[in-house]
Amino acid sequence: MRSLYTWSAILAIVFASVVGDVLLARAMKQVGDVGALRRRAGLGVVIERTLGNPSFLFGVLAMAVAFFSLLFALSWGDVSLVAPAAASLTFIGNAVAAKIFLHERVDRRRWIAAGLVAAGVALLAG
Amino acid sequence: MLSHGMKQAGNISLNHLQGVIFAVLNPWVAIGILLLLAFFATYMTALSWADLTFVLPATSLGYVLLALVARFVLHERVSPLRWLGIALITGGVGFIAGGPEITTHPVESLPFDSVQNRSLANEDRNAAPELHIATKGSEKI
Repeated sequence: MRSLYTWSAILAIVFASVVGDVLLARAMKQVGDVGALRRRAGLGVVIERTLGNPSFLFGVLAMAVAFFSLLFALSWGDVSLVAPAAASLTFIGNAVAAKIFLHERVDRRRWIAAGLVAAGVALLAG
Repeated sequence: MLSHGMKQAGNISLNHLQGVIFAVLNPWVAIGILLLLAFFATYMTALSWADLTFVLPATSLGYVLLALVARFVLHERVSPLRWLGIALITGGVGFIAGGPEITTHPVESLPFDSVQNRSLANEDRNAAPELHIATKGSEKI
């Protein structure tokens, strides 16, 4: 029963952080090249545009949900299970979500990279 | 260096958040929060330049740096399994570093647009904000 709780919390972390990352990436694609924008219009405009972007705000909200899910998961399960499982599943989930929602061209090179990094993070965080 | 700093800071502030939630005035927590903010700002900047599937694996080099710092600065023992993890991450990042860093158009487009319409719409939308900012900037000056 406890492991069911832990895995639900891990899935909640993965879901929330994938949603958060996709929304943040989408927001920054809408804001555009930050360096060029800063040279043209100044840092104030960059910050104003980023903070005023709805995707950014919802992305940060999703990240906050992911953080609290992490706290729940840690209260139910061991950190040696929760940390690597959540981190590596987030990498795979992000690759899938970026392909579907951000229309990034996730070619074989990137799938392999996502898999290798997910495996590496699982080994390191465990 | 930044991601290494942010990883350290992340650990520090996380420990403090669990233990003493209201210790925001603690200098370590303050530094941790500042470094996390710096991480977030640079992360968002990177996302404005490159794909999520490029930035995310690249930032995972922070894990590698953390392990190296643990081994050579803090003189902790790093197990063979963790060295394997480091090798996997490094290899994965090497894989994407050889490819293009961005595969989408800078501005998000509607998924049902045809390719030509999409690029046209993007050019229009790209041009508009620039004009808007140019006038805004000159007003300030």
